[in-house]
Amino acid sequence: MTNEFSQRITQALNDAELRQNFKGAMHFLRDKRAQSINEVADWESLIQQGAALRRHVLAQLPELLELLEANCQRNGIHVHWAADATEARGIITQIAQSHDVKRVVKGKSMATEEIHLNEHLIAQDIECIESDMGEYIVQLAQETPSHIIMPAIHKNRLQIAQLFEDKLNVSRDPDDVDGLIGIGRQVLRNKFQFADMGISGVNFAAAESGTLCLVENEGNGRMSTTVPPVHVALMGLEKVIPSLNDLPPLLSLLTRSATGQAITTYLNLISGPRKDHEQDGPKEVHLVILDNGRSRIQQDADMQETLACIRCGACMNHCPVYTRIGGHAYGTTYPGPIGQVLVPQLEGLATHAPLVSACSLNGACGEACPVKIDLPMLIRRLRQRAQHSSPHARRFEGVLWQIWRWLNTHPRSYRLITGIARFGRKLPFPTPKAWKQRTFPRPAKTSLHQLMKQRNNKNHEHN
Amino acid sequence: MHDQRVYLFGTCLIDQLYPKVGMDALALLELCGYQVEFPLEQTCCGQPPYNSGYREAAFDVAKNVIKAFSQEPLPVVVPSASCAGMIKHHYAQLMADTPLAQAAQDLAARCVELVDFIADKLPYEQLQQSATNQHISLHLSCSSLREVPVAQRWRDILTSLPGVTVSEPENAEECCGFGGTFAVKSPEISACMTADKAQHLSNLQSEHIVSGDCGCLMNIGSHLKHQTGEDPCVHIATIIAQAFGVAYDE
Repeated sequence: MTNEFSQRITQALNDAELRQNFKGAMHFLRDKRAQSINEVADWESLIQQGAALRRHVLAQLPELLELLEANCQRNGIHVHWAADATEARGIITQIAQSHDVKRVVKGKSMATEEIHLNEHLIAQDIECIESDMGEYIVQLAQETPSHIIMPAIHKNRLQIAQLFEDKLNVSRDPDDVDGLIGIGRQVLRNKFQFADMGISGVNFAAAESGTLCLVENEGNGRMSTTVPPVHVALMGLEKVIPSLNDLPPLLSLLTRSATGQAITTYLNLISGPRKDHEQDGPKEVHLVILDNGRSRIQQDADMQETLACIRCGACMNHCPVYTRIGGHAYGTTYPGPIGQVLVPQLEGLATHAPLVSACSLNGACGEACPVKIDLPMLIRRLRQRAQHSSPHARRFEGVLWQIWRWLNTHPRSYRLITGIARFGRKLPFPTPKAWKQRTFPRPAKTSLHQLMKQRNNKNHEHN
Repeated sequence: MHDQRVYLFGTCLIDQLYPKVGMDALALLELCGYQVEFPLEQTCCGQPPYNSGYREAAFDVAKNVIKAFSQEPLPVVVPSASCAGMIKHHYAQLMADTPLAQAAQDLAARCVELVDFIADKLPYEQLQQSATNQHISLHLSCSSLREVPVAQRWRDILTSLPGVTVSEPENAEECCGFGGTFAVKSPEISACMTADKAQHLSNLQSEHIVSGDCGCLMNIGSHLKHQTGEDPCVHIATIIAQAFGVAYDE
């Protein structure tokens, strides 16, 4: 992965248009968030509340999930447990086959990206259309989301207009944003009407009432979950919350942190299939609860808080690395700081070790996190574990740190050796490759230790 | 003169690359009336391996620092928010469940960033009236904004100096791209962040770029030196010491 990752980084950094798209978008999102949290009388105490709530959930996770299952079933929702991506895809395919599904519309869901559901359904000859505008654009371009909230944020309106022209044969003035979106909406309207099944994610699932909460801004989530006769919701098992009373603080933290909105345009609370006397809604609702490595994280005390995440994306919006390389360079379903922490835990650190190095530990992500996940600390811990995951590749670095440790724990030798090193300060030595864009700093003529020693000696003479 | 005493923790970067900063910090502490102890057993705070995931190396080096600064319960003054952050926020958990746990907490409580320590102790009546105006741009290190929030102190003290005008760059709160071993392990991203930071700072067209962390100054300075042949970076201790006429003459 090292090589591919650094190739993608080089590619991203050399793409001026991509860099501009991300820079502009991240600044916009950061400003929106900043304005929005200013409107809250006491944002800090709201964060405290949300952080405590999410940790309470993680401590009670098995019990809450069982309660969620029981109450969903009481509401007429079919509940399925998927240990991994393969199982989740199998369950969803089975539901589709049992209803002879040919056409699926999807609401935005990162969990379905995580299990690569689209490719799988398409391979089964099931048409699978993304209905979130950003996701639709990404699907048309045969790409993956570059941001967990704004999947097509890597594209500007010129590129989107060009894409629509290439793929849909409709041309529109790129400055006419409403017109551009109108093209997509026209296509999707038709898809909603004839879909056999709708698939969505879940933002929060209230255990006490068995309610699935889904936030969105385009109404596509509501269409996907109410128009087709079957609705399948896929949720990561950490998305459970105790009750609907816990929703308001988390919802406010989520929407303000994500898009700077006090609330989203649509908030869907799904409490079951269409009842006998009702005229609308799906006839069947299924909830697929996905583990895929999450219960392992839940049992890992040092890393458990990874699962406190409510997927607002604020960490990536504030990350100077993400802002520069964009989401695709990471090569993972979840990019940015939360991706750097979550993905190696889900998929294995051995293959993803370079991911955890790509961070300056500046702390901006941890500061922006609305549920107080100490992302820099989690990255440090993964770096520590990464040493052991591929000892061969890291042997050289390990030896350097051993030497460094010896030098810095033997003050006398430290003074002697760094003292001798002064004589070599003028020697021509090659600039390390990593610093080729910088003038490598030279040691000072006299070290502070030497100056202080002279001072000590002088003080002695005076006394 | 008071007979109060403090420890000075020089940090490894200052020791090896910027000894003048250590001497200026010393002069400022003495100006505030302190007798300064510089234990020669001090080396690095251990942050480089700690942040790289080499916890055992960091642990041993932290132990050395704790030993060097625990002979007496004096304040430990550090001319770096980053190194102060390491001691204040990470030593306790590095040493948790070891015999040094209490000593680590004790040191964390005594450890204080230089400007934070001297800001309300300096004899401001002794400020030298400046004949010329000096325009500086202030770089806020990530540590000064987050772990050891002294950014406002830096701002306040610099603006209080006679003849000094302070500007802050666009995206002032963004990392300069150093991040210790990050600059070595992710050189391209690091260089890109540094170039942006250097550009934003250069746009201010000031005479000096000032910060309280030598890691950032080394990074930004090395970049600018490569670009222009000049390194305009100066540590905040030097600027303050100059204003009081006590700066160390190299």
